[in-house]
Amino acid sequence: MYNPTVARLTYRALLGRRRALILFLLPALLVLIAAAVRAFNGADDQVAADVLGGFALATMVPLIGVIAGTGAIGPEIDDGSIVYLLSKPVKRSSIIFTKLIVAIAVTMVFSAVPTLIAGFVLNGNGQQVAVAYTVAALVASIAYSALFLLLGTVSRHAVVIGLVYALVWETLFGSLISGAKTLSVQQWSLALAEKVTGDSLIDSEVGLTTATVLLVAVTVVATWFAGYKLRTLTLAGEE
Amino acid sequence: MSTQLPHPSQAAPDTTQIHNIGYRSYDGPRLGRAYARRSLFSQSLRGAYGLGRSAKSKVLPMILFAVMCVPALILVAVAVVGKQSKLSIEYTQYALYLQVVISIYLASQAPQSVSRDLRFRTVPLYFSRPIERADYVLAKFGAMASALFILTASPLLILWIGSLLAKMDFAEQTKMFGQGLVSVALLSVLFGGIGLVMAALTPRRGFGVAAVIAVLTVSYGAVSTLMGIAFATDNGGAIQWIGLFSPMTLIDGVQSAFLGAPPGFPELGGPSTGVGVVYVLVVLALIAGSYGILMRRYRKVGL
Repeated sequence: MYNPTVARLTYRALLGRRRALILFLLPALLVLIAAAVRAFNGADDQVAADVLGGFALATMVPLIGVIAGTGAIGPEIDDGSIVYLLSKPVKRSSIIFTKLIVAIAVTMVFSAVPTLIAGFVLNGNGQQVAVAYTVAALVASIAYSALFLLLGTVSRHAVVIGLVYALVWETLFGSLISGAKTLSVQQWSLALAEKVTGDSLIDSEVGLTTATVLLVAVTVVATWFAGYKLRTLTLAGEE
Repeated sequence: MSTQLPHPSQAAPDTTQIHNIGYRSYDGPRLGRAYARRSLFSQSLRGAYGLGRSAKSKVLPMILFAVMCVPALILVAVAVVGKQSKLSIEYTQYALYLQVVISIYLASQAPQSVSRDLRFRTVPLYFSRPIERADYVLAKFGAMASALFILTASPLLILWIGSLLAKMDFAEQTKMFGQGLVSVALLSVLFGGIGLVMAALTPRRGFGVAAVIAVLTVSYGAVSTLMGIAFATDNGGAIQWIGLFSPMTLIDGVQSAFLGAPPGFPELGGPSTGVGVVYVLVVLALIAGSYGILMRRYRKVGL
């Protein structure tokens, strides 16, 4: 299933040249904010949970997921160079699987690692807050990567749609309408974080079982459907 | 055409000519540099709303334009029906509330304006016309800023017309409407510049979109988080300086210092007049800076 050549090409497309700078920007900002909070405020478990939940899990993980997930396949479809890959004797499903693995790896490295660092800077992992949010970020990375990889194969405006989902649906509707929370990757991953630290600091709207089932289901279905879309891909011209 | 006689001027003996295939040189009017610049401007402006492009590329900008205007229509309807004496939202606050829409619009349209020229290497073709580098940059910059101005000023116009329909005080409403227009004009130029700079850095549209949104949204999120922390820890003096680090809070600071707008974070207070001058200077420096970066970017491109 895993094709090292495809993986190498995808890593280069994602991290080559100046593109890695966008990916470094967000984690650097998170650590900077964590340091500033610690300097202003001292260590406080609740503040640590708020910063990690509000900035790391709600903003940074989806954004990096969008960039890595759609960036793994979107630009290639966009400029048509995907045909050179598709014309090789590699199964479409293994192309998608490889790109998914790469997207997950990139998202995890650029979101979970800084979350852990920020957590330790904020309160030295008091009440397991840092570990809890790192687990949440790891799990969310998988689901976001699969979702946004699918978007990349479905639409030319994958990045915009992904951003609207990440910023409007998850942040805005998630906080306004309680029903929307059940359908949010962020809440599912929070359910796992809640399990790690106990429910005094982190509060998820979804039960652990539901969350796990939905996470697995979304990842598997999105990956399968992306593979299906790639098998029947028609290349559109520019505009 | 080949049966036509050769041009009279070529009837004159030209001794070095081996074979005259009868092409005539163009002697009609030359429309010149200003015309080319104007055409590039209007094409870019139309393109920012998908006009003159495929139906699919009209969808997103039109939806965003509608999303921008619908809340204004609702507010106006409520004000007219309820016979309110003032609108329930300030003109200057409107863009602040809908900043996500503005960011997404900019992120989707700035890359389509410049990235594709870079990727398909059409930029050298533009420069084979009688336009200079400054003309290209000015036309693209102007078009992006105008498109943003249309996006942000239309709902204000709706609000103003609505306020007159609801028989509110004409002089006061018009003054506030004017202040709102100044604020969104400043916002349009600033955001347009930042968006184009980010988009011009990469020929890949997707990365351009992500870069623009990351700069706008994340800087705003980071700044408002830091402001909240500074407020909670009684570092009130630091708040007005933190606002300098994101485009949206910059505009917010300028309008609350000079344009009579309530600050975006009422409990935190807005910048004083002295700091407000710094805000204006930073905004102007950012606009000039993005023009400078674009000029540098296009000094050597595609060759």
